[in-house]
Formats: sequence, C-alpha cells, structure tokens
Amino acid sequence: MWARFVALVSRLRFALSRRRVDEDARREFEAHLELLVDRYIRRGMAPEEAHVAARRQFGNALSVREEIYEMNTLPFLDTIWQDLRYGIRILRKNPTFSLVVILTLALGTGANAAIFQLVNALRLRSLPVEQPHELVSIRIDQHGKGRVGRGFPGGVFTEPLWQEIRSQQQAFSSLFAWGVTQWDLSPEGEVALARGLYVSGRFFDVLGVHAHIGRMLTEADDPKGCGSPGAVLSHDFWQVWYGGNPGVIGQSIMLDRRRFDVIGVAQPGFFGVEVGRTFDVALPLCAEPLLRSQQGWDRAAVWWLDIMGRLKPDWTVERAQAHVAAVSPAVFQATVSPGYKADWAKNYTSFTLTARPAPTGVSNLRTAYATQLWALLGATGLVLLLTCANLANLMLARATARGREIAVRLAIGASRRRVVGQMLSESALLAGFGALGGLLLARWISQTLIMFLDAGGNRIFVDLTPDWRVFAFIAIVAVLACVLFGLSPALTATRRDPATTLQPGGRSSTDGHDAVALRRGLVVVQVALSMVLVVGALLFGRTLRNLGSVELGFDPDVVVAAVDLRRTNVQPEARTQAFADIVARLHQVPGVRHAAQTLIVPLSGADWNGQIVKGGAAQNGDVHFNAVGGNYFRVMGTPLLVGRTFDGRDRPDAPRAAIVNETFARRYFPNTDPIGQTFQMDVAPPQATYHIVGLVRDAKYLQVREERTGPATRFSATESSATFLPMAYLAVSQGTTPPPDFRIVLRADVPSAALTRALTRAISEVAPGAAVSYDAVSNYIETLLVPERLMAWLSGFFGVLAMLIASIGLYGVMSYMVTRRRVEIGVRMALGAEPRRIIRMVLAESGVLLAAGVPIGVGLAIAASRYAASLLYGLTPLDPTSLVLAIGALGVVCVLAAWFPARRASRLGPTVALRE
Amino acid sequence: MLLKTLETMGPLHGYGIARRIEQMSDDALKLNEGTVYASLMRLLQRRWISASWGASENNRKARFYTITKFGRRQLTRETKNWDRIAGVMARLLRAAARS
Repeated sequence: MWARFVALVSRLRFALSRRRVDEDARREFEAHLELLVDRYIRRGMAPEEAHVAARRQFGNALSVREEIYEMNTLPFLDTIWQDLRYGIRILRKNPTFSLVVILTLALGTGANAAIFQLVNALRLRSLPVEQPHELVSIRIDQHGKGRVGRGFPGGVFTEPLWQEIRSQQQAFSSLFAWGVTQWDLSPEGEVALARGLYVSGRFFDVLGVHAHIGRMLTEADDPKGCGSPGAVLSHDFWQVWYGGNPGVIGQSIMLDRRRFDVIGVAQPGFFGVEVGRTFDVALPLCAEPLLRSQQGWDRAAVWWLDIMGRLKPDWTVERAQAHVAAVSPAVFQATVSPGYKADWAKNYTSFTLTARPAPTGVSNLRTAYATQLWALLGATGLVLLLTCANLANLMLARATARGREIAVRLAIGASRRRVVGQMLSESALLAGFGALGGLLLARWISQTLIMFLDAGGNRIFVDLTPDWRVFAFIAIVAVLACVLFGLSPALTATRRDPATTLQPGGRSSTDGHDAVALRRGLVVVQVALSMVLVVGALLFGRTLRNLGSVELGFDPDVVVAAVDLRRTNVQPEARTQAFADIVARLHQVPGVRHAAQTLIVPLSGADWNGQIVKGGAAQNGDVHFNAVGGNYFRVMGTPLLVGRTFDGRDRPDAPRAAIVNETFARRYFPNTDPIGQTFQMDVAPPQATYHIVGLVRDAKYLQVREERTGPATRFSATESSATFLPMAYLAVSQGTTPPPDFRIVLRADVPSAALTRALTRAISEVAPGAAVSYDAVSNYIETLLVPERLMAWLSGFFGVLAMLIASIGLYGVMSYMVTRRRVEIGVRMALGAEPRRIIRMVLAESGVLLAAGVPIGVGLAIAASRYAASLLYGLTPLDPTSLVLAIGALGVVCVLAAWFPARRASRLGPTVALRE
Repeated sequence: MLLKTLETMGPLHGYGIARRIEQMSDDALKLNEGTVYASLMRLLQRRWISASWGASENNRKARFYTITKFGRRQLTRETKNWDRIAGVMARLLRAAARS
C-alpha cells in the first residue's frame, strides 16, 4: 500500500518534469551505447560493425524511452486535461448558454459567499494582532445580572474593578482594559463625532500593535491623574482626516473641546479588539476624568470598561478561569459602591469572574445579528440549490441535443465513465467560472450589506478582505454545485443503449422515461424550495410592515437637539435655569412650534430604570423613568388623559410631581384613580416622595417591539403580552443635580436641515460655547428597524429570485413536453380537440408539478420558520396569511410559466405535427 | 535481482549493471540491455534506488544508481520470501521424490 503510494507520488513528480526525465534517459542510453561500442572495438571489431553490434545488444532505445515516458504519466491527469480543453471548446461554441449558466452560478455562489464573508468576518476570523490565539477575555459570569449604576455600551467592568483585578490576578502575564466612547472633534458650535477608545497603558504593547509613525501609548502615559496625555490615531482616521500627513505628530487635536497632542498613528488594519467597530482616536484611561460627562457618579457604579489579557506561558484557560473565579469574592468585596443598598451589594458581591478564549475579539454585532446571518446563509443556500436544480435541467436539455454524439462515442467503445467524466468536466468548468464571478460579486454584495447595516448612525466597521476561509468556502460551494447540476444529467444521458438512439428517427437517451422523470422531479424540487423562500420573504415583509405601523404612542416626526454645557461657563447650579432659558429662546426661532427639554429621548437607546416603593413596600418589576419639561407631551404628541402636565407649580421646593403612563397606573394602582397617589424610588435614602399629577397615554421607550426585559411572568398574563413599559415622568425643573448635557425635542413646521443653523445660533446666544448635535426620532426608529428591514429586503429579493428561477424551470420543462408530444397533440386536434382543451391539458400537467411541490414546500417552510420565530413580530411562524399568499403567488407564476408553451401547443397545426 | 546487484556492487551505472547481469548469468539470460532502464525507472519510482550523475571509468558522464534504505529493506523482505518459497518447494520436491 505504502510502496504504491510512494510510487504514485514519484510518478507525479517525474510526470511534472517529464521532459527532463526523458532527456536524462536519452543521454544515459547514449553513454551506454558508447561504452558498448568501445568494448566491441577493444575486442577488435571495426567501428562500423561495433556500432551495429552495440545497437543490437542494447535493443530499441526509442521504445524503451517511450516505455519510461509512459511509466511517468498519470493517465487520469492527462484525461482531465483533455476533457477540460474539449469542454472549453464546447462552451465557446455556445457562448450564450455558457454565459447564462456562469452568470446564474455567479449570482448563486456570490450571494452565498457574501453572507459567509460576513459570518467569517464577524465570527471566525482572528484579530489582526500578534498571537491572537493567546488572548483571553475576562467577563462577569451571567453577564453580571443586576449591576446597578450607569452603564455604557460594551461596558463590563468599573474602574475600581479593573484596578482590583489587575492587582489580584496571577494568571495573566499582561492585562489591558479599554472603554468605548465618542468625542466631539469640532472646536465650537455643532458637534462632529469621532469614535474614541480609552485604553490602559499596556493596550497596544500587549496586543503587539506597532506605530505606523510616531509612537504608541505606553504604561508611562497612563499614570493616575495624568494631565493632558498624548492621543493615538487609527491609520484610517489619519488617512481621511489628515490626508496621511506625517506632520500630524506633535500637532494638537480637539477632543470634546480640549486639546491633546497627537503622539502616533497605529499600524494599518488595526481596528481595536471589538469586531464590528473601529476607532478614530485612542487616549489613555487616565484622561477619562477630564472628559467625563457627568461628575458626581460614584466610580464603583459606572460600568464602562472591558478587560483582556495574555496568559502566563504555563497557564491554560481552564486554570485561569478557576483562578479568576477564586479571587472573585475578594475583588468584588473590595469594590462595593458606598451608594449601594444592602441587597444590591449582596448581589454585587456574589458575582463571579470568568475567563474565556478571545482570539476573535469581542463583538456586540456578533450576537445581535447571529440569527439573521444564519437565516440568510440558509436562504442563500436554498437559492443556490434552486439554481443548481435549474442548471441540471438545462444540462439535461443540452445532453438531449447532444444525444447522438454521446451515442456515437459509446458505440465506438468509449467507456461510460469516460463520457460521464467528460460531461462533468464541462460542468466543472462552468462551476469554476461561476465561482470566480461569485468571488467578485461577493465583495460587492457584502459591502452593500454592510452599508445597509451601517444606515442610521450605527457606524459599523467590518474588515471584509477575503481570507483562506472565504476562498475555501467558495471552492466547496463550486464543487458541490458542479456535482449537483452536472452529475445526474451526465448519468442519465449515458444510461441508454446507443443502438436505440442511433436508429434513424430514434429518440436520444434523454428522451427516455428516466430523463423525463428527472426533469419533472427537478421542477418539483424547485417549486418546493421557492415555496420556502417565498414564505420567508412574506413573513419578514409582514414583520417589517407590522413594526412600521405599530402604535408608538407619539408622533416620531420630532427633531432632537442634544446640548452639552460642559465647556461653557454655566455653573452646575445654574444649569436648570440655563436649559429653561434655552428652551424659551428656541420657541422664538421661526418655524419652531413646540420645544421641550428631556433627559431621555424615547427609542434613542438610553434608559433609566429602577424599582418603586409604594406604601412602604418595594414593588416587583422595573419602572422606566424620564425627566421632562412641561411641553414634552405636546411636542411628542402623547395625549394627556387625566390631570395636568408639569408647569410653573413644579418648583424645586414644591412637592415632587410625577406623571405616569397607563401601564404604570394599571400595574401599581389598579382600579383606583392614580391622580394624587404617591410612590418613592427604590434607591438609597433619602427617598423623595413623588405625587402623581397626571396620566398619559402609553408610549414606546426602548424598542419599537417593546418586549419586557426581565421576568415578565410575575405579572398577569394579559399584561405580559402588553407592548409598553410602565413609565414615570419626573419634572426637570425639580431635578437636584442636573447633568450638563440634556436633549431638547422640537416640533417644527420647516424641514430640520433648514432649522439647525438657526437653532445653533439661538443656543449659542444663551450659552456661548455649548456643544450641539442634531438627530430625529424617526432616525432612531430607522436604526432600530435595520435588522428587520435587512431581513425583509433580502428575503424579498431571494423570494422573487426563487420564483423567477422556478418559473424558468417550469417553462423549460413544459415547452419540452409540448415539443415531445406534438405528434400526440396533432392527433388530438385532428380528431377535433379544441385549442382550449389542449391548453387545459398542458396547464393541468404543470398543475400536477405545482401540486407535488407545494406540500413539500409548505412542510419545509414550517420546519424552517420555527428557527426564525425570534425575528418575527406580530405573527406566528405558522402565519396562515403568509402561507396562502405564497401558494397563491407561486400558483400565478406557474400558470404564467406554463401558459406560453400551452398556447403554442394549442396553435400547432395538426397537419404540421402529423407530417413529421 | 537488480537490487541484489546494487547491494553487492555498490553504486553502478546502467552499463555496469548490464555487464554484471551478463557475467552472473553466464550469458544464459540474453536480453536487450535497454530494458534494464525500464526496470530501473520502476525501482526509482518506488524509491528503492536513487540515481545521480557522475563520471564513468572512461570519463564520460553516466548515471549511477544506488540502493536506498527502503531498497535494502525490500531486498531482505524479498530474499526471505524467496528463501521460504524455495524451502517449501525443495521440501515438496524431496517428498515427491521419496514417494
């Protein structure tokens, strides 16, 4: 066995240098002959005679050389080469056919590869840093459920926790922490945001990221309480913002209206450690106090850092995991926030740290889009299958056309294997070219997808350079496709006895019963697969529609102005008044109808929640809060049902007023008038008492598809299906420590683009130096619905594509059927069948195929849609409307596809048909 | 046989091998010497021998064949095999002669 393998390998080696081997043999034989000649001459022969004798003794040199040459060929390689060349010739003879097939395949593989590329970039690929497989991420077990305080996106740890973990752990040779933020780059007026990264001193060093120019941050840049440290730019940002000018080192950059010196630019391709996000500027952690938006928060309750590190050489992840779990009690004990109530602290100190390998970094996007990506990969896979079924039909039709050629080949002694191999190599060529086209398309498609996801201010960054995984995927897809669409036609086409085919007027083998059954089977498969895709498209389309028409509780056509007073000379105690002045001033801007201050704009992603105390007893379930100005409900268009809104009575020294929504009232004050009732917030004492002065209509707060966070089962069944959160609005005028940044919602009569300059001017008049940025509630909705829109559009596209492919398949088969049965049809018509009957006959035949495909499709769709249930809204996976619509749509398409062949059949002149 | 020749004689070129065979078989085996090369190629493919260019006795370029580690192993295996078969045959023939 082994010897044979060795022989094969050498054979391959010699085959590749066949010419040299042959040349060696020639020279060797010459030398041998000369030696023989010499010997004969020595024995006393004449040179002429000696030559002849030597030749005789040596034998036929040429035939030996030939023998050696043959020994070093690989017959199957040669055959493949021959077949491929023949295939190219055939394909070039039918350029239209080849082009159609290649394009179809390119679309199929391209769509698959594009989705796979995203999966790869998000889930599979290692970070572009040194030794990514050594990276380990530290987390809190169970995601640190019940963490209290102020949270930032991606924030897992507080700063005291980071310090404590760093000093107590022994498993890691090096650790680093980072926090994600945004900084304003503009020196004044309207805000220009940059993606910021706070990094601990060793961040770049541990990751092994080098400076492109200048230097990276080091431990020395990150002492506690550093003054104004240096900033590192990302390579992309440096290219875009500074045009790649190396003179940027030593220049200063404005971040949140403070100056920092640029000390270096990171190496190209480094985007941080979070997949789906990149950074523009990085500052050391010690700079955070300078730029922090809200003072006064206890640092032990601000969750904004994430931690990773490299293990010591002899440590495994399991050992590190056990180690960090063991030090957890000490770490959490040492960092309890003094502001925590007893039960919060109890929960906090029960947290456990975990360590897990993180060669691919961390990613929110990864979890957020996991289901969607797999669903899309499944859909593209179906499209590819469908394409293959169609191509198989096409190949079969071609094999029919070439039936005689195949029969001749078989008749003169070609083995069936050889003919099948030759037909397969043609398919392989098509698949290969299709895959190449797919590779080109994939890049374009996945970029479009990213742009889609990027819409609405998500700012997604994904590195899409194809790597070996993408190439391998495309190769596998191409091979699969080739086998799928090439094998069965090739096998069927060569099955028949050549003698039958070669008889004059005889039918080619693909006319046989086998081939017809195969073609019909393929159409049934196509109908079933497109049924799945169409049902998917309808489900996702209807989900998007449901979400688009959902009752929000407010009118989303609202402009949002975010005003930040940190860099103004407005003192903290004067902020409440300053904001009131700004709102009053904005009312005078032409075009502004109403304006109101609010801490949180609904659907912007910000949240403020907690529990309440009623009658001395803490209540279950989260209540969501907001602090708003008196005009807020008028701006938002949320109707006040009972009571009053906030007004001049709600001064800081007056009793605290609150306005609650219907869900709140229903849950905490059922069957009573909520007006006049009181509650407290469940926070560390002193707990202020809030008097309910008004009741407003329910409105969305966090999500368009507001599903209750946390355990919903504690409430009654009718309530858990409610799609609004219980809310309590407090008066901004009564806030004790107003934050420096606030949002103002405006309803205007003019488009926001025309308004913003006037607004900025007005705000600057009241508070010079204020940073302002604008957005719209409708934008937030767009952003929130990106996943649903993505699914709806893509699945819609795939659904239409599927129906198109299936109808082409059906059309092909029905036309073929009509051509094959034209004699029969002619006889029928000659015997008096009406054209209508012929049409009905053909349509009935296509109806049979449809009827066979639809139940299979429905079954598959039901099985598949269960996995997509979490992506749907307002309908069940077994949505009957979608199923019926899909069947209807497919039915219409199938009738259309069969109509043309049917009409052609009905117009066959009986004489024409019978003459043949 | 080729392997045995190479093992006992050390590196040889094709001509040398032909002479050796000629000598060993006392001209009982008369074959076209060219066919030796086809056999050599087969052994090369199995890596039982290796070949390299060198100078022959009359200072011509010639290709020398050497037995390899694999070749030696194969030789012992085949020798054993042959001995066994020969032994069995001898015994059989002896037994046949006796009866």
